[in-house]
Amino acid sequence: MKSITITRTLIFAALAGLVGVTGADAAGGKAKKVEHHHWHFAGPFGTYDNDALQRGFQVYETVCSSCHGVELVYFRNLGQTGGPFHLDRCPTGVADTVDCANPNENPVVKAIAANYKFQVTDGPDDSGDMYQRAALPADRIPSPYPNEQFARLANNNALPPDLSLITKARHHGPDYVYSLLTGYGETPETIEIAPGQYYNPYFHGDLSQSLKAQYVDEEGHPIDGVDVPLGGVLAMAPPLADGIIEYTDGSPQTVEQYAADVTEFLMWAAEPKMEARKALGLMSIIYLLILAGILYWSYRKVWSDQH
Amino acid sequence: MSHPSTYNPGSGFEKWLDRRLPIVRMGSDFMDFPTPKNLNYWWTFGGILTVCLVIQIITGVVLAMHYTPHVDMAFASVEHIMRDVNYGWLMRYVHTNGASMFFIAVYIHMFRGLYYGSYKEPREVVWILGVVIFLLMMATAFMGYVLPWGQMSYWGATVITNLFSAIPLIGDDIRTLLWGGFSVDNPTLNRFYSLHYLLPFAIFGVVAIHIWGFHTSGNNNPSGVEVKDIKKDTVPFHPYYTVKDGFAIVVFFILFAAFVFFNPNGLGHPDNYIEANPLSTPASIVPEWYFLPFYAILRAITFDIGPISSKLGGVIAMFSSILVLFVLPWLDTSKVRSMRFRPVARMWFIIFVVACLALGWLGGKPAEGIYVMWAQIFTAYYFGFFLIILPLLGLMETPKQLPRSIAESVLKSPNTAAPDHVAPAPAE
Repeated sequence: MKSITITRTLIFAALAGLVGVTGADAAGGKAKKVEHHHWHFAGPFGTYDNDALQRGFQVYETVCSSCHGVELVYFRNLGQTGGPFHLDRCPTGVADTVDCANPNENPVVKAIAANYKFQVTDGPDDSGDMYQRAALPADRIPSPYPNEQFARLANNNALPPDLSLITKARHHGPDYVYSLLTGYGETPETIEIAPGQYYNPYFHGDLSQSLKAQYVDEEGHPIDGVDVPLGGVLAMAPPLADGIIEYTDGSPQTVEQYAADVTEFLMWAAEPKMEARKALGLMSIIYLLILAGILYWSYRKVWSDQH
Repeated sequence: MSHPSTYNPGSGFEKWLDRRLPIVRMGSDFMDFPTPKNLNYWWTFGGILTVCLVIQIITGVVLAMHYTPHVDMAFASVEHIMRDVNYGWLMRYVHTNGASMFFIAVYIHMFRGLYYGSYKEPREVVWILGVVIFLLMMATAFMGYVLPWGQMSYWGATVITNLFSAIPLIGDDIRTLLWGGFSVDNPTLNRFYSLHYLLPFAIFGVVAIHIWGFHTSGNNNPSGVEVKDIKKDTVPFHPYYTVKDGFAIVVFFILFAAFVFFNPNGLGHPDNYIEANPLSTPASIVPEWYFLPFYAILRAITFDIGPISSKLGGVIAMFSSILVLFVLPWLDTSKVRSMRFRPVARMWFIIFVVACLALGWLGGKPAEGIYVMWAQIFTAYYFGFFLIILPLLGLMETPKQLPRSIAESVLKSPNTAAPDHVAPAPAE
């Protein structure tokens, strides 16, 4: 009886949570439902696939970083525990005095920072001038544009969003990013879009105003037999194509693989402490279950003279 | 019930202290407090709520050490907590999910009070203090949600503070005062931060007198029958209820931990991971889940009533939905506390719970078409339950026979107890 009551309580609480989740989901346009990809980091025991993180960083650095920053990520993060380039011990040939587990000494991370495609603005120097220098592990990964105005100027007034949190800033974030990157296709015949715009069925938008004149009636509604296509248009051209990035580990060089890898990397960028969180969570739940058992037993014992 | 003190100072020091500051006596009497022996698990939520408050204060104080209340830095400082502060992610996820857990617990606690008539004589003041705590909690949670300065923080703050402008004559001035300017901006963030830090301690104070209140009147209990014989009807709070509450708290922690560690953003909105941008309005602005029922009531008033605009009407309805709780002890005319013995009232109560859940669901839907109509129906029921059903039922219904005492209701022996309360009520 008692345990049934508790179960009901939990169900009630879970329902209350569910109401919140579905409630919060209500926002939205008429985009295609995202494709559910199987992620290595999914589920309570999911972890990041380190190889995928490394390849994902390569995709980000080669392609995405031309327009999108990840300004919340520092180079040192790449070498921290759980990061793509973390080293437990130094590779052969590195001096004994180097602690490769320390992200600031990690030779891979130092090389990535030093050779990064953008330099860091530092200063002012002794003569009062700002100057450019190669990045260090302690620096943020530099963004492609110095400010929003410049970014818009370079992109036909569209602002490429920072990607640090993109997988948490969209409903079903990782699936959304993957779907968007792999979902570009033919522009539907029924719509007319401006040059520099690209159709994507997963992008949230409203294409009812983009229908060609012959498909709408006098009031602007679509004529019989014509549906407004799902999705919307965005200013980003399809960024990926088969074979544009060379993988050294033999992974397939396809759009799908690139998209999956960069999504894995961006999930890590948004939630770098996920692995520590789940590990601590597992221990916490086990601890709480044992404690609950002991307390329940104590409860029965204490109340035994009352029942 | 105030009970005679059972404390005997053991040592010389305790005797010395007891004449000067009987604080050990207070703690001892608290632990010995005669508590009805029939309290079920719905009664554990008081303890759970106290723990929630303490957790929010501890994690909140730590977060405040690392947070920067400035529109240019708040968002980044929260991410700094998530990424660079040792266990900052844990503190923050416990704090954000802790707010949700707090509300889950407080809603169960309130439904418990409604079902078992815990607001009735002589516990009106305890109930009213509870409603005050609930209001303070809502204000605190609302202002806390603004602090990360995400899109939903900013636009939620804009929508809610704008509501105050619907108040005639002084509305615009109140809104300006809340904003500290002419839009939601840095002064707003600063004052919300200040108040978000202050109000939990106010809650703590009201919780203390809330507890003092029912330590004077005594706990209500599932039978709703007052304690007649302390020996037969009650057990000392410790160890009987410390161990039972302790077990319930740990079970509640399992749910809490499941969210914190395995779905920490499941109760939040993705838009709040986008930094606030006054120039870009999100596709839909929805509050946190725990405000959705009230949001639905606010938006259900889509029509003008005489000189009252629909906006003002919505605001009045939303605030009234909580204010009505203050007068509930005098609206319910039934002398029988527990709905175990009020089968008709119990049915209306179950519909009331469904209405509240439905309003919560509707609050997350766009305010258009069929959703508005349903929100209006459930809003009408919400108020009808308090203003029509409860006042009339007390006069019209025939309650079942009450047990003569708590002890009798527990023993359930067929020769002493009325047969119809042997079966446990389905709602517990």
